Amino acid sequence: MSVVSITPKDCLVTQFLQTRIALCILLVAFLLAVAKPVLPEILVRVPDWAILPYDVWLDGLFNFVKEDLGLLYVTRGIAAGLEWPLDITANLLYGKRRWPNFDPMPWAAVAAGSAVVGYYLGGWKMAVLAGGTFIWTALIGQWKLAMQTMSVLVIAAPVAAILGLLMGITAWKYSWFEKAINPILSVLQTLPFFTYLLPAVIFFKVGPTAGAVATIVYAIPPIVLMTALGLKKVSPEIVEAGKMSGCTRWQMLTRVYVPAARTEILVGVNQVIMLCLAMVVLTAFIGMPGLGAKLLAMMGSFKIGRSFEIGVTIVLLAIMLDRMSKAWVLKQPQHFERGTPWWQRHIFLLGTIAAFVLFLLAAQFVQVFDHITRLQSLSRSKAIDGAIKGFLNIDAIRAVTEWLRWFLNVKVLIPFRNALLWLPTSAFILIIVAFAYWLAGRREAIIVGVFFSIVAATGWWDRSVITLYTVISAVILAMMIGIPSGILASRSEKWSKRILLGCDTAQTFPSFVYLIPAIMLFGVNDVAVVFSILIFATVPLMRYTVEGLRTVSVEMTEVADMSGASRWQKLRTVQLPLALPTMAVGFNQAIMFAFFMVIIAAFIGTQDLGQELQRTLAGTNLGKNFVLGINVSLMALAFNTIIMRWVRNRNAALGLG
Amino acid sequence: MKILKYFAASIVLAAMPFAASAKDSSDPIIIPIHNWSSQIVMSHVVGQIFKDNGNNVEFVTTDSQAVYESLRLGDVALELEVWEGAFGASFRTALEKGGLHDAGDHDAVTREDWWYPMWTKEACPGLPSWKALNDCAALFATAETGSKGRYLDGPVDWLKHGKERVEALGMDFVVVNAGSAAALWAEIGASEKKKRPVVVFNWTPNFAEAVWPGEFVEFPAWVEGCDKDPAVGPNPDALYDCGNPAKGYLKKAAWDGMEKKWPGAYKILTKISFTNPQIADMAKFVDIDEMEPEEAATKWLSANESVWKAWMN
Repeated sequence: MSVVSITPKDCLVTQFLQTRIALCILLVAFLLAVAKPVLPEILVRVPDWAILPYDVWLDGLFNFVKEDLGLLYVTRGIAAGLEWPLDITANLLYGKRRWPNFDPMPWAAVAAGSAVVGYYLGGWKMAVLAGGTFIWTALIGQWKLAMQTMSVLVIAAPVAAILGLLMGITAWKYSWFEKAINPILSVLQTLPFFTYLLPAVIFFKVGPTAGAVATIVYAIPPIVLMTALGLKKVSPEIVEAGKMSGCTRWQMLTRVYVPAARTEILVGVNQVIMLCLAMVVLTAFIGMPGLGAKLLAMMGSFKIGRSFEIGVTIVLLAIMLDRMSKAWVLKQPQHFERGTPWWQRHIFLLGTIAAFVLFLLAAQFVQVFDHITRLQSLSRSKAIDGAIKGFLNIDAIRAVTEWLRWFLNVKVLIPFRNALLWLPTSAFILIIVAFAYWLAGRREAIIVGVFFSIVAATGWWDRSVITLYTVISAVILAMMIGIPSGILASRSEKWSKRILLGCDTAQTFPSFVYLIPAIMLFGVNDVAVVFSILIFATVPLMRYTVEGLRTVSVEMTEVADMSGASRWQKLRTVQLPLALPTMAVGFNQAIMFAFFMVIIAAFIGTQDLGQELQRTLAGTNLGKNFVLGINVSLMALAFNTIIMRWVRNRNAALGLG
Repeated sequence: MKILKYFAASIVLAAMPFAASAKDSSDPIIIPIHNWSSQIVMSHVVGQIFKDNGNNVEFVTTDSQAVYESLRLGDVALELEVWEGAFGASFRTALEKGGLHDAGDHDAVTREDWWYPMWTKEACPGLPSWKALNDCAALFATAETGSKGRYLDGPVDWLKHGKERVEALGMDFVVVNAGSAAALWAEIGASEKKKRPVVVFNWTPNFAEAVWPGEFVEFPAWVEGCDKDPAVGPNPDALYDCGNPAKGYLKKAAWDGMEKKWPGAYKILTKISFTNPQIADMAKFVDIDEMEPEEAATKWLSANESVWKAWMN
């Protein structure tokens, strides 16, 4: 690292200059906006003749790759290769008629086995969570659906983890590979999920295989990043020790580097599992059977109760997998004394098998242990349905939402949208550039300018602006709710825990389920759209506010206490400034989530990019699908670039690493 | 050793004519299912009929528009519900590209148009005439539409031309596109308690008929060419100035390779024909009686044995 000494004075000067330039750019934007009536056409909107048929070109390119270069045969080959393990798990878990043609595993055996695994990983609590999740799933009558989902998950997650690990190692070994792959990973992380689905169908045919492929691709990025990060952090002492004991290169990798980076890699694995579960539900759109498909069908016939129950199952599965994989991260490898008998070293493995076999046998004689029939299930969907619909129909709630609908739509959202749409494209881009210059710097300003110019050049400007308007409105509202409640919760340990659990639940609850209540409360319009995004976007804001405030070092707050600051002063002058970079990370995530959710909100009814994307899903228009997806991705990346640079600058200024 | 070889050869010879004759392949027939109940149950009914015929059957969930591309490629073998209004366009495009064909009509007819739940009629007694609807436009106004009425149309990708019709007939309505069928039901469900008048896009056969009784708005009757020739229909200068066909087709479609691969099953497919009440029954088993689709199919089959046994010969 080169040492550059920056004095506080330099900082101030650059800061001042940065703000001045940003203001100048903003002024130009303002002039452009005022001069709109006399502006040449090209500065107001990119004219039609300048919009090139990118989608047709891309379609041509895809077709060329697919047909002429024969990629279709390659992918169909891969599909056949993937189909084999998928068929096996499908047979084992829910009895699809494929090799090895066993009967499906009884639910009681699975529940008992996983309870023992849970106990091994995290004691009684985890055992209850693991066993209880499966018992709930079976008793509520969703066993087969859940197993259809799991049968893909148990293949997709390991494949994604292994591929990601290999790519992470390659990225760490060869910096050219890292440079090449980083931008691709960033795009993949921000690409709307519709854009994953269509190519998956075309290249891997409908059904579980395409679902698995889309899931794998979607889940890979974080583990690549985490693996590379972990390997870079391995301390030189450990490497030296490895070299001294004469390790070969392969041994260095497998015995030294990977174990030393274990924690980061396993955090990556945890993320892979969570992303896989999120995606495996969404792949219902391309023919993945299971919980997601049932959820869609239930929503299509206005069954809120059943949708809700499925949602609960998904949350339980997600929390179980999350907590178990996290416990696995924390669990350090156990070491036994030499001479410990084999069974003692593998006591938990044997226990799992014993529990599994015991219930497997029991299921042969007791039908309820094998499967639960519809009449036996404890599903209370009709009652829940009635309760939710009744709640949404309470007059007081109706009065509030009717007023909110009128106020937000007529006074806030529609004027805001019209104002953004009224702005000339050139002025709009300059405003964003000024914003980037002010917060981040010149490099980011240029990047953001280029990104938005590309969006303008594709000819989807108005729809992109509407997408952006929805995201911004939802995130602003989310801040108004999330930050104050985060601050309040951070005051006590108990409330922090509660709110963090609430965040986990809200985040893993399948986003579709929110849509129907949102429509019933607000009708098919922008308020319902913003509301459904809001639920999602508030979560990271709350989470990071709590975490940011709670990790402010005790010394700092003590200094404030000693100087006699009131609670409010302490919060305002010490805690918040120090927590701000962490909160900004939460803000960034809120924006990313909002971009993700705004696309799903197309199911309420929007006029943005999501609506067009939804339309492409019905056809085979891969080129257009890709152009739209890239537009969403570029806008999300623009915000990501600005905020993350600001966070780094800020952390450096605060001396926080 | 030699004897064994002869033996083997004779088996092969014996099997030869068998293979050449019309025998269904043992590969599973892949039947696509979508996200509405009648289609899911109907697919399971047909699947069980095929199983009775000795075929292997498998189901795959697909998008109802994208399925025609899969059908062309043979990824799925057939499609049991091709609605004229909703999927006619995708079906025709796929027909032009080749790879699938029309396997005959069901007896059932389909209708898709502007629709209102019965309570709307109390507020606007002149219904179902579209002129009466237009006179009551203010009843359908919402915060966003101002004084004009709101018509909640189906998702844009269903290509329903609501906006064009409003313009062609000079109606005081704003057309808002819902994003999904679920959004349509949520709107009807939300207006149910207060009996607020709503007019939305709907179709038959559909589970909603059983939940919310209602009627279609009567627009100027459909005339062939209404969507292509401005001269047709009441407004001489505009397209889409009439209602949708009141009796649209409901077809079956088959992959071109199906006849060769599963001739027996294919023959059954061409004979299959469901009626409107039969389809409504299937949907009811799932949507009202909360059965699982497989169960509903079994129940339907046992109640209608004479119907489907006739298709098997």
